[in-house]
Amino acid sequence: MSLKTVMKDSKEKYIELYLKNQELLKKDSPEYINEIRKNAFEEFQVNGIPNKKNEFYKYTDLNKEFDNGFKNYFSPKNIKFQLEDIFSCDVPDLNTKVILLLNGWYYDRENLITELPGGAVIGSFQKATELYPDLVKKHFGKYADSKKEGLVALNTAFVKDGVFFYVPKGAVIEKPIQIINILMDEEEGLTQHRNLFILEENSQASVVICDHTLSNPNFLTNSVTEIFVGQNASLEYSRMQNEHNGSKQVSHLFFNQERDSKVNTNTITLHGGLIRNNVNVLLNGEGCENSTTGLYFTDKGQHIDNYIFMDHAYPNCISKQLFKGVLDDYATGAFSGKVLVRKNAQKTQAYQTNNNILLTDDVDIKSKPQLEIYADDVKCSHGATVGQLDEDALFYMRARGIDKKEAKLLLMYAFAHDVIKTIQVPALQERIQDLVDKRLRGELSRCNSCQMHCC
Amino acid sequence: MEKDQDKILNEVTQGEYKYGFVTDIENESIPKGLNEDVVRLISQKKNEPEFMLEARLKAFRHWQTLEMPEWAHLKIPEINYQDIIYYSAPKQKVTLESMDEVDPELRATFDKLGIPLDEQKLMSGVAVDAVMDSVSVKTTFKESLAELGIIFSSFSEAVQEHPDLIKKYMGSVVPYTDNFFAALNSAVFSDGSFCFIPKGVRCPMELSTYFRINAANTGQFERTLIIAEDDSYVSYLEGCTAPKRDENQLHAAIVEIVANRNAEVKYSTVQNWYPGDKNGMGGIYNFVTKRGKCAGENSKISWTQVETGSAVTWKYPSCILLGDNSVGEFYSVAVTNNYQQADTGTKMIHIGKNTKSLIISKGISAGFSQNSYRGLVKVLKNAKNARNFSQCDSLLLGDKCGAHTFPYIEVDNKDSIVEHEATTSKIGEDQIFYCNQRGIKTEDAIGLIVNGYAKEVLNKLPMEFAVEAQKLLQISLEGSVG
Repeated sequence: MSLKTVMKDSKEKYIELYLKNQELLKKDSPEYINEIRKNAFEEFQVNGIPNKKNEFYKYTDLNKEFDNGFKNYFSPKNIKFQLEDIFSCDVPDLNTKVILLLNGWYYDRENLITELPGGAVIGSFQKATELYPDLVKKHFGKYADSKKEGLVALNTAFVKDGVFFYVPKGAVIEKPIQIINILMDEEEGLTQHRNLFILEENSQASVVICDHTLSNPNFLTNSVTEIFVGQNASLEYSRMQNEHNGSKQVSHLFFNQERDSKVNTNTITLHGGLIRNNVNVLLNGEGCENSTTGLYFTDKGQHIDNYIFMDHAYPNCISKQLFKGVLDDYATGAFSGKVLVRKNAQKTQAYQTNNNILLTDDVDIKSKPQLEIYADDVKCSHGATVGQLDEDALFYMRARGIDKKEAKLLLMYAFAHDVIKTIQVPALQERIQDLVDKRLRGELSRCNSCQMHCC
Repeated sequence: MEKDQDKILNEVTQGEYKYGFVTDIENESIPKGLNEDVVRLISQKKNEPEFMLEARLKAFRHWQTLEMPEWAHLKIPEINYQDIIYYSAPKQKVTLESMDEVDPELRATFDKLGIPLDEQKLMSGVAVDAVMDSVSVKTTFKESLAELGIIFSSFSEAVQEHPDLIKKYMGSVVPYTDNFFAALNSAVFSDGSFCFIPKGVRCPMELSTYFRINAANTGQFERTLIIAEDDSYVSYLEGCTAPKRDENQLHAAIVEIVANRNAEVKYSTVQNWYPGDKNGMGGIYNFVTKRGKCAGENSKISWTQVETGSAVTWKYPSCILLGDNSVGEFYSVAVTNNYQQADTGTKMIHIGKNTKSLIISKGISAGFSQNSYRGLVKVLKNAKNARNFSQCDSLLLGDKCGAHTFPYIEVDNKDSIVEHEATTSKIGEDQIFYCNQRGIKTEDAIGLIVNGYAKEVLNKLPMEFAVEAQKLLQISLEGSVG
């Protein structure tokens, strides 16, 4: 079932892997999924794994990472772990519904689907394809474009499990949903989970995602999440990435926002070897609001690359992007954000900011904020800065008896606060504030109370 | 009022191109097409030394291995490089001694364009090198400049008279391997301007080159080389026009600037090639590689450009900041109208310590045009304390045009500060209202606002150009849809 490491173009490897395991892949999936799978596989053969010649991946060479011959498997493995481990992800004072994904598989095999108040449903994606074929058919593969992006096609071709979350018309889910992605295995592995969130008209929900690694081997993740936000619905989506330095993660997030919907996303990257976050937002109706923010801390040899595509297809929408990062040691980072304002999207407001603080001479940052505008009655701006901590502010504090280290920490903390304050759930905001503080002090090695301290 | 503004915008943005006449001058040209023999023929016609021919052939062979770049935000129909005349020159029998010997037709052309070829016109105080089609026709004030040791001549003359300088500097900033159009230019360039400012000399007047495409079916490939020795200063102007024709014509030029220790070079361009008619027919394809090297400490290169012409513009005047404390500046106003497309910006490569760069770019788009800013600010590891500030604003006049910003920022050390900001908007209705209220007509108000918007850049132009540029802006567009 595993892939033998042969020196071949990585694309060929995955084609071979697919062909060898076709039957296994198709076995538990309904026909309509397999149809999409087949098409995606064909599209993958066209685009393959992006390399640096691809403008979208100019600063992150994934071909190399995907070439490492990671093993893949097609049914959940029985791996036991200490539940206490994940309690470290617990957010004090925040009552959440916790969902676990282990190596991309829904963990709770006994209860694959859980019903929530108001008719909402959360559970295994694979199970949902069986139980809710109409819903899945309507949304699956509709927002994530396999044609454009080889990695999305790869994920779709290998689609098995992930999280399915459905909130019906008018339902309000008070309790935040916490999804914890755990990577734990004795050998290196590739994970390609696929999530589908559907929020119907006037619904409301809040989701917290945590990415963790609980064992040492190098992991590679290529995940796709499709999110449909119906008319006047509202979603709060917070993500915390905290994996060890041997892990590589590529995540694709696709938002489809209908009229008057509201989405607030933030991605806090505390640790991770190589991280590439793609966020694609389609504002598919008038009056949408979107705020996409991110905060990243990298040190050692870590690499972080954030890519945002904000598509203003209709008039009167507002989007805000704010990405801030601190780079230390010999870390590398990249940011590219693109705002597209289509011809009829008048009265658009789109803002984009990327600020970076460099702490050593060996770090390297690339920033590429872009505007592509085809409508005239718009207010769009972007800004990018690369710099250091303000000398004057440091001096001011030192003159008042605050030592240098503390003063620096304070400044970085203030720098990060702009992003943290966009988190709407107060308890979560507090928790992240605390984690960021610890991260800046270097006390947080992988996860606050993780036993392994592997980095 | 909204309708009013629409009407005014339409009237104004459809202003005719007034340099679109053709001069009837006898031309000497070679047949269409490009191959090694053509390259040899050009070199032979120019009576060039062996090293030039070799350089050309090397570039040509390299060019054959390249493909036209497609990364720009431009839609360019396929260009048939075999369907272009690569050499066309106004017939000249003997070397000219004075203005009286210049072909009267030719003089009339430049008079029409308002270019003072006549040395009697001391008032204008500008030394001019006029390049018609591919050949430099007249360089003025040569003698008075020579007294100071300044060499200002056509490129071909410089090849004959100062081969050492050419050998040393040609291709040192833009090598023939640089890009597709640079390779093409290096192979077939016909003439251009050459300028050398010796050590410690401050050039007393503005130097100017005027480029004119006249003959049909020709491509213009000129080359400019400016060398500023230690402690020298020069301000250089460049202007260009072409007749109205239905077919597209190709212009692929190279400009190289070398600034040595404490030298300062100011390069200003008013680019007004024929932009095509209002349906997008015809116009010049303007594919230009311009680059300056701040080779010495404390040197400074400043680019100022007003881009109003050309059907397609592909142009990135850049600075390589090699010397410590060197400074690079880029000021640009790019106006696109009708079906014009522009992808223009700059590159600032910080290599030396304490290097500084400033980018001010103002894009204005109207009609169905697409206007993009594309820029790179790159700070290498050793460029300690590098500083960059970029501001790229776009103004949209009309709802069918596009304005785009594609900046690239790459920083490799911690002591540098790089800032980029950009805004895109239309003219504020409240600004127009304010003017209206004070008795200023909408048309004039829009003119005022656009000029104010571009002021930061226009201020950097030398006097003569500033006036021309302001008029050009007024003609190109003054309106905004309310």
